[in-house]
Amino acid sequence: MTKIIVDGNEVDVPAEYTLLQACETAGAEVPRFCFHERLSVAGNCRMCLVEVKGGPPKPAASCAMAVRDLRPGPNGEPPQVFTNTPMVKKAREGVMEFLLINHPLDCPICDQGGECDLQDQAMAFGVDSSRYAENKRAVEDKYIGPLVKTSMNRCIHCTRCVRFTAEVAGTGDMGATGRGEDMEITTYLETAMTSELQGNVADLCPVGALLPKPQNFRARSWELQKTESIDVMDALGSAIRVDTRGREVMRILPRVNDAVNEEWISDKTRQIVDGLGAQRLDRPYVRENGKLRQASWQEAFAAIAAKVKATSAEKIGAIAGDLCAVEDMFALQLLMGKLGSKNIDCRQDGVKLDPKLGRASYLFNSTIAGIEAADSILIIGSNPRKEAPVLNARIRKRWLRGGLKISVIGDRPDLTYVYDYQGAGAESLSALADNPPPAVEKSMVIIGQGALARPDGAAILALAGKLASAFGAVKDGWNGFNVLHTAAARVGGLDLGFVPGEGGLDALAMANGGVDVLFNLGADEIDIKPGAFVIYQGSHGDRGAHRADVILPGAAYTEKSGTYVNTEGRVQMAARAGFPPGDAREDWAILRALSDVLGQRLPFDTLAALRSALYAAHPHFAAIDDIAASDASAIGKLSASGAPGKDVLASPITDFYLTNPIARASSVMAECSALARGRMLQAAE
Amino acid sequence: MKLDRAAKALFLTEFVGAFVLSMRYFFKPKATLNYPHEHNPQSPRYRGEHALRRYPNGEERCIACKLCEAICPAQAITIEAGPRGNDGTRRTTRYDIDMVKCIYCGLCQEACPVDAIVEGPNAEFAVETREELYYDKNRLLDNGARWEREIARNIAMDAPYR
Repeated sequence: MTKIIVDGNEVDVPAEYTLLQACETAGAEVPRFCFHERLSVAGNCRMCLVEVKGGPPKPAASCAMAVRDLRPGPNGEPPQVFTNTPMVKKAREGVMEFLLINHPLDCPICDQGGECDLQDQAMAFGVDSSRYAENKRAVEDKYIGPLVKTSMNRCIHCTRCVRFTAEVAGTGDMGATGRGEDMEITTYLETAMTSELQGNVADLCPVGALLPKPQNFRARSWELQKTESIDVMDALGSAIRVDTRGREVMRILPRVNDAVNEEWISDKTRQIVDGLGAQRLDRPYVRENGKLRQASWQEAFAAIAAKVKATSAEKIGAIAGDLCAVEDMFALQLLMGKLGSKNIDCRQDGVKLDPKLGRASYLFNSTIAGIEAADSILIIGSNPRKEAPVLNARIRKRWLRGGLKISVIGDRPDLTYVYDYQGAGAESLSALADNPPPAVEKSMVIIGQGALARPDGAAILALAGKLASAFGAVKDGWNGFNVLHTAAARVGGLDLGFVPGEGGLDALAMANGGVDVLFNLGADEIDIKPGAFVIYQGSHGDRGAHRADVILPGAAYTEKSGTYVNTEGRVQMAARAGFPPGDAREDWAILRALSDVLGQRLPFDTLAALRSALYAAHPHFAAIDDIAASDASAIGKLSASGAPGKDVLASPITDFYLTNPIARASSVMAECSALARGRMLQAAE
Repeated sequence: MKLDRAAKALFLTEFVGAFVLSMRYFFKPKATLNYPHEHNPQSPRYRGEHALRRYPNGEERCIACKLCEAICPAQAITIEAGPRGNDGTRRTTRYDIDMVKCIYCGLCQEACPVDAIVEGPNAEFAVETREELYYDKNRLLDNGARWEREIARNIAMDAPYR
């Protein structure tokens, strides 16, 4: 720690801090455009100039000068930094005047207006007039993809977007051509960006040069209602902010959560917005003579009750989908218990994870932040770039720091970092387990759903457990055995024990005709064979609704308050940002109403009562934002009969943009998907 | 005292005094106006019925910046915006003013960066139902077309003081 005096206040900061960070610590505000905490230092906007004593006798860019660069005074007194002197004021006003030479005065038609760094800082640190009467520079707008709109006249060349694509996204899509006034930010050939994190450049842009294209001109920042919530598009549970106007969700932005997503979110998380309003189920339907017709809630419930009463308990089953909240699954689990059925399953992809094997066997035990401490990572049957792009960015961040060995078993994905390819199938896994590389301090094994969602998944899970032990990945204070989930509801379901009871059928057996009445709670990725009477409860008219005999319209994740457990086992609470459309209701309330009609009334009338019942049965759900400790010894005990097969351990996600019913309803996601497919075809040629 | 009163009564002084007063007012210029046919003089800053203006070439002025909506203290303005179909420029798809809520404070025209929404000189827009006072974009643009000459003159007259 080094002492430094900022505006007369002495503070103690680490020597590697920049002056800008030291000033922030001391409570002095320093304006900036190019500096960003999670990107490298560029030092090209010059807005953060400060006066230093013990440094060069001129204004210094505080973002590019470290505390250790300053010399102490002759008697050893700490160096001094000033942010409020006339020199600093003059420097800031000068820089602002330069920045505004070429910046158009079109704030009224700019979507950034109201949340614009340049606008705010021009008000706070600029002067009200300019001495430059020359014509402003004109730059052509570039096409850089379907998610980001450009308005290049507004660009102030901070290069945050360039640094983001180069460092965080790892695709290096963007760059600058020309120098000085001719400098232009571009994707060179006006191709679309290829990253799954490209939407973040619009957030990073401090002016209105890069803006979210689907939200073009739709809303102003000040008229939006902001709700802090949790994302369900992947199993990370990224922290998001849902911005609504009236009942309509206008946009989704990331929140900072260093433990999970830092401040990035994937494009699917961000631009799912139009899917929330399309293809919605807004009233109950009942199938009559092979066709679905609109019905009232009473008719729908009566149809279900008639069927359920005519069916014996062991012929009734329930499958929970990928976007369900814990509360919904808990209500369904209780209802099935009351009906006497043991056929429940939350693993519609047939993944061979089981809460009986211990909680550590299905969690991302190292935690996402733990990736930054890892020394080696082995990725099995997973493509983190498609399954959890933000987690992939975290791996890349660790990789950029150096000293990280990454190996992959499975297909050969493009992961934005260099890895050592170890083979395709389970035989490479056993070869590696028999002949492990030299042990390192902290090694991680990440096993994806591609390795587990197959008939021999249990054997591969056991093999991975053996491998983790062979690597020394599981030891005191470090658990390097990680399961990367793809479904937001999965860990919550496994924590609840939403799996078949003794003698119960699993999801695939139920879908293949094992039951006569199947309650489908938002499971759209499973193919249900003809025969069974299917009750679909969900938010979107997708595959599940097409196969249903009765449809109960539910709420999407922005329309209900629900608990989700992410792949680390972190319990998080999503908040309600709006209301479901039409006759649709919150899912737990539908199940509660249905239970009454079935004569098996569930013991709660409010969400609060449901939650207290849930917390009484499973206390760890009450600890929001925490990860309940799990017993690492479960990993050593993993074992399975039967040998693993020889197929490639390929990632289950073939199309990143269309993995769930909400995404499939979104036209923006469809466009992204078509572009990505086109790129894949081009690459194949 | 008695004599005094008798003299007053005899010479009809009070009657004459009252008559003079009546005659004075009778010949004074009248304060009342013959309203529909006569109007008071009006300031160029008069804040009457709203109008949305167009440029001389017929292009709408409004760019959907929503500053009027934001500043409106009565929250009488509702705007929805989006890119226009033919050229992708930023335009309103809906511009409603609830004239029942409006308090005619004039902040909307102060906030407007392009002089699109203005309060014109017209104050004679009484109607028989409340529904007729929910103005939409067409109504406001019609007002603009109808009053453009007066509005432009008023803005020009007020310009030196801004």
